[in-house]
Amino acid sequence: MSEATAAERSAAADGEPLVDASGLTFGYAATPVVEDVDLRVDRGEYVGIVGPNGSGKSTLLRLVLGLHEADAGSAELLGHPARAFAERERIGYVAQDVTEDEKRMPITVSEVVLMGRFPHAGFGRVTEADRDRARDALATVGIEHLADRRITALSGGQRQRAYIARALAGEAELLVLDEPTVGVDAESVDAFFDLLDGLVADGLTVLLVEHDIGAVIEHTSRVVCLNREVYFDGDPEAFAESDALARAYGTNVRREKGGIVT
Amino acid sequence: MIPSVSPSVALVPLLSAPYDLLSWLVGLWSDALGWVGEQLGIAMLEYVFMHHAFLVGALIAVMAPLIGTFLVHRQLALIGDALAHTAFAGVAVGLFVNSLLGTGISPYVTAVVVAVIAALAIELIAETTDAYNDVSMAIVLSTGFALGAVLISLNSGGLAVGINQYLFGNLSTVSRENAVLLVVLFAIVALVVTVTYKQLLYVTFDETAARVAGINVPWYNRLMTTLTALVVVGAMQIMGVILVAAMLVVPVAAAAQLARGFREALLASVVLAQIAVVVGITLSFNYNTTAGGTIVLVAVAVYIVAVLAGKVQSRRASDEVPDHTDAVSRTTGDGAGDDVAGAESAD
Repeated sequence: MSEATAAERSAAADGEPLVDASGLTFGYAATPVVEDVDLRVDRGEYVGIVGPNGSGKSTLLRLVLGLHEADAGSAELLGHPARAFAERERIGYVAQDVTEDEKRMPITVSEVVLMGRFPHAGFGRVTEADRDRARDALATVGIEHLADRRITALSGGQRQRAYIARALAGEAELLVLDEPTVGVDAESVDAFFDLLDGLVADGLTVLLVEHDIGAVIEHTSRVVCLNREVYFDGDPEAFAESDALARAYGTNVRREKGGIVT
Repeated sequence: MIPSVSPSVALVPLLSAPYDLLSWLVGLWSDALGWVGEQLGIAMLEYVFMHHAFLVGALIAVMAPLIGTFLVHRQLALIGDALAHTAFAGVAVGLFVNSLLGTGISPYVTAVVVAVIAALAIELIAETTDAYNDVSMAIVLSTGFALGAVLISLNSGGLAVGINQYLFGNLSTVSRENAVLLVVLFAIVALVVTVTYKQLLYVTFDETAARVAGINVPWYNRLMTTLTALVVVGAMQIMGVILVAAMLVVPVAAAAQLARGFREALLASVVLAQIAVVVGITLSFNYNTTAGGTIVLVAVAVYIVAVLAGKVQSRRASDEVPDHTDAVSRTTGDGAGDDVAGAESAD
């Protein structure tokens, strides 16, 4: 069953959206955090979700990934209901890097990347082919020389590359990133987005939540601006010229020195 | 070998064949160790209870750090302590039922049952409140211990004398059937961890990513705490209720100072635990000290040595790799640390 390669599967599923959410509403308490959101992501797209703090960006990702049950509406991942989606290895997930520094768990970079192969291996053994794939993934993100380091000994940017490598090792077709550049120094952020650009050029689909609006406008192919509801969904140039940002962020947004600060 | 008939383990006939086999194996071990002692002139190996103690100790020193590694790196070290105290309630239940009904159930069997129930209760609390918190853990811990204390006092007199062995552990009371029980617990724990190693590792490292990867996190959490309950009860007979959690934590903490990888840390923690157990039991025999306490003190000494060794190691590493900190992070092409990294992993 696992013998169908990613290429075969994607060929079979061509044209079908990777993410298809409609009318999504969800709240932790009485007031919804996300309300009536439609989001469709097609293969090969590079979608950036922006919005003020507490605008429901991360919640939307969690709904799309099937980690929460929506109060209303539906979320589908690769054609299956997200909550019941079973082919998990087709999704890669990179979260905000905040806890790892306190958590001094001894684990090497290559051990972390190999985890991408775990859904493929199930209860079976990790094979040499799995290790090869993990090594290739490390090479793709450019940190193969750090393979035997402790993951906690890496800088924030290097660590996020390791997590991307884990997704690549798992042959993910959709890469979901939740504020991946928090705590990463500016120089590394640029290199990080260059890496994502390269992966998208190679055919990966990326769904990104990011606080750095400038980076999203510069790199992605489509911007979704969210503050509980969708304020804008379209190409980055149009977003930069629209007033969606001001509406979504209220009055607290101002433009400064070429960048946008909230 | 004549398999000894066990009066205290109430076994249905179906179970008596495997029991006899395991009992025979324990006997073989005992003979082998006795022979080694004779050849090398080690006096303490004349005693059968010491053979059992070393067997039980060696098995504990594999399974306690094995489970402990997963617990410690999720900041769940306290669970072992909480379960040990509820296992004490289980012991009390066993003793109570025995004195009431005149049955011969091993208190360790009731301890396993009660500890597993407590483990699942802790998981239930954690799942409904969405967090493992100190408070609920402390409540479970004290409830277990209080229940045990009350049940024992209800029995009055006679039993209070024997309770020290459960609180502090005892080398000389490790009977053959206790050794067999431990072999069974060990087999269960080792088998389950081997089969589910990848899933447990993923959940330990990053729960959210594990969920995205399709791993049933609540299920593995329940599995983990249940295994912890088994280990705690197994280790209780020589470590005692009060100190048993130390075996889950101290060797793991020591290994974390030395190892870089997870597998490496697992191995190191088992090796360090074996050292603590063998040295601890030997000292305990020779100086007539309590086994659990002696083993823990040796383990702590090993931990201190590991901390110092870890400091030396990281100083050497940072001398040679001055730029591996966040401030000077480079994302590509910085291979300066490779030689040092290679030198440290001698496997």
